Amino acid sequence: MSVLVNKDTKVIVQGVTGKAGSFHAQKCLEYGTKIVGGVTPKKGGTFVGTIPVFDTVKEAVAKTGATASMIYVPAPFALSAIREAVDAGIKLLVCITEGIPTLDMVRAVDYAKMAGSRIIGPNCPGIVTSGESKIGIMPGYIHQKGKVGVISRSGTLTYEAVWQLTQAGLGQTTCIGIGGDPVIGTGFIEALQMFEKDPETQAVLMIGEIGGSQEEEAAEFIQKNMKKKVAAFIAGITAPVGKRMGHAGAIISGHSGSAQEKIKTLESRGVRVVKNLSEIGATMREML
Amino acid sequence: MKLHEYQARQILENYKVPISRGYVFMDAAEAEKTFRQLGKASAVAKVQVLMGGRGKAGGVVHVHSGEEAKSFALKFIGKPFSTSQSAGEPKTVRSILLTEDKKILEEYYLSVTIDRSRSSPVILFSKQGGMDIEEVAAKHPEAIHKIHFMPDMLPSAVAILPHVRTGFSGDKIPAQIADIAANLCRLFVEKDASLCEINPLALVAGEQVIALDAKIIFDDNALFRHADLAVMKDPEEEDERERKAKQLGLSYVSMNGNVGCLVNGAGLAMATMDMIKLAGGEPANFLDVGGGATAEMVREAFKIILQDERVTTILVNIFGGIMKCDVIAEGVIEASREIKIQVPLVVRLEGTNVEKGRDLLKNSGLRIISCQTIDEAAARAVEEAKAYRSSHVGSR
Repeated sequence: MSVLVNKDTKVIVQGVTGKAGSFHAQKCLEYGTKIVGGVTPKKGGTFVGTIPVFDTVKEAVAKTGATASMIYVPAPFALSAIREAVDAGIKLLVCITEGIPTLDMVRAVDYAKMAGSRIIGPNCPGIVTSGESKIGIMPGYIHQKGKVGVISRSGTLTYEAVWQLTQAGLGQTTCIGIGGDPVIGTGFIEALQMFEKDPETQAVLMIGEIGGSQEEEAAEFIQKNMKKKVAAFIAGITAPVGKRMGHAGAIISGHSGSAQEKIKTLESRGVRVVKNLSEIGATMREML
Repeated sequence: MKLHEYQARQILENYKVPISRGYVFMDAAEAEKTFRQLGKASAVAKVQVLMGGRGKAGGVVHVHSGEEAKSFALKFIGKPFSTSQSAGEPKTVRSILLTEDKKILEEYYLSVTIDRSRSSPVILFSKQGGMDIEEVAAKHPEAIHKIHFMPDMLPSAVAILPHVRTGFSGDKIPAQIADIAANLCRLFVEKDASLCEINPLALVAGEQVIALDAKIIFDDNALFRHADLAVMKDPEEEDERERKAKQLGLSYVSMNGNVGCLVNGAGLAMATMDMIKLAGGEPANFLDVGGGATAEMVREAFKIILQDERVTTILVNIFGGIMKCDVIAEGVIEASREIKIQVPLVVRLEGTNVEKGRDLLKNSGLRIISCQTIDEAAARAVEEAKAYRSSHVGSR
């Protein structure tokens, strides 16, 4: 068991003929992901390596039976790519693309929700169910089948945490990169719910950062609903007020959204907050 | 992307939001003429800089004659200006806005922004405007009315009215507010804003509601479809290093400490800064070289970090995934040879091809301090920064 994806999940890649799309499609295949096809308009009938390319998502779904899509389409076209995937019946959309206009994501999230599809991201590293399926850009070898569920708003910071879990001998069930943008398809709470239900996941690690109030809302949810142990790491204690720290979602306005406030709220709700980045692995081991 | 107040006023006017009459000028010689143009006994002069807290810093004053307007302009135009919110980074005043001095009877707050937890735009209205809205939100959350809407189903003034009516006698005032709110929603969606804020939205003589100050921020990710807005961008919104970094595809934010940072990924970059702080030091900057940085980008990143004269040590923290550690190590070695980095260089590599990367650093013949964990690297960088400062007092 795991959440969202497993070794049998059939995945197509939208934007498969682009530089990033083709590179990562290949890496995912090597990891063991069932990449069954790719989509690029007007490139149907060609191949990227061994991956057949289709003109439309509808055609790709009809021919391959794919239920998930990994999206690398450039930001200006991401909204229509998402709508196309939803219309074709794709249930899980992992959107790697960064720089999508916020209002386009508002439209995309609403559209997917109406059809009962789930978006992960955008601007995220993707999802990995360790040892089974990788839909994203994270280096595969740092993951190891194990017992911790990981939810993160960040990219390389997630790799750091995952690597520590692997080295501590704990491993991961599934690692979900929810993305760093202001509007995302799946938040901490929904991801926590999935891990709470997953019998293999014994504890959850959440990695947050400044901006928004997702971590605070998650803290309340954890206290009320989570039986499993949850630890958190929050980046951005030193971030200056009002400055954009790479992610559009990470703007602190006044006091709300600061790392200090998030840490305080999480701790007051009984969540163990790791303060020293290099102690994530050791802390999780101690908790389990 | 932020707009100057005078630019925001122009856009509000285009969207039929009533504002006080006013004119902007860039040369002190035009101050008297502008004052006459307004034709009132007094006016409000405001410096146009992209930062909050202008009033408290003396950048917003009442003037009662053309001469007063001129001396205000002479005092500020072309000069650096800073406020409590400018984080010690003054900005040059390029223009002054002169507006009618309206007698304010009541102050309200109105904005449109994104509610992240609902993934939807939202109108925020409060009868208690003027002061810090966060304070109102914290102390009297019930005093803030929220109206969510979807971008392709804009709310009409009629639909908004019931939400802003509370506490008013009669509909004359709330109807104007609802009308302004509806127009603000249209602006927000049509121009891809991330914030349209009117504070205060003021009740003035004749039961008229007008916008007295406005803050508009546009979504940088959507500027590709708004050529008209892109030209309004003030290049001085970011400091020179931030601008240079952006051109190179790097993300840089200047800070006040002395440990320069070069990291891949925004989250890891923030976490690295936090580790420096935890080790008793202060980071000099946030710098994310991104996921696909090349040796050239690493070299340019070093140059940007070193332009900050306060930097007395550089900490490189790379978690190589797609970006391989040996490639990064080569970039670091090449850069440190080419630009002759004088300050201590602490490097922590982890991830793909890490052994190769560490070997390259070790065998480079350069004085590069290689660390295994971020904990160790941060502590070492802070130590080096302190030692370097005490042995090079006054100069680098």
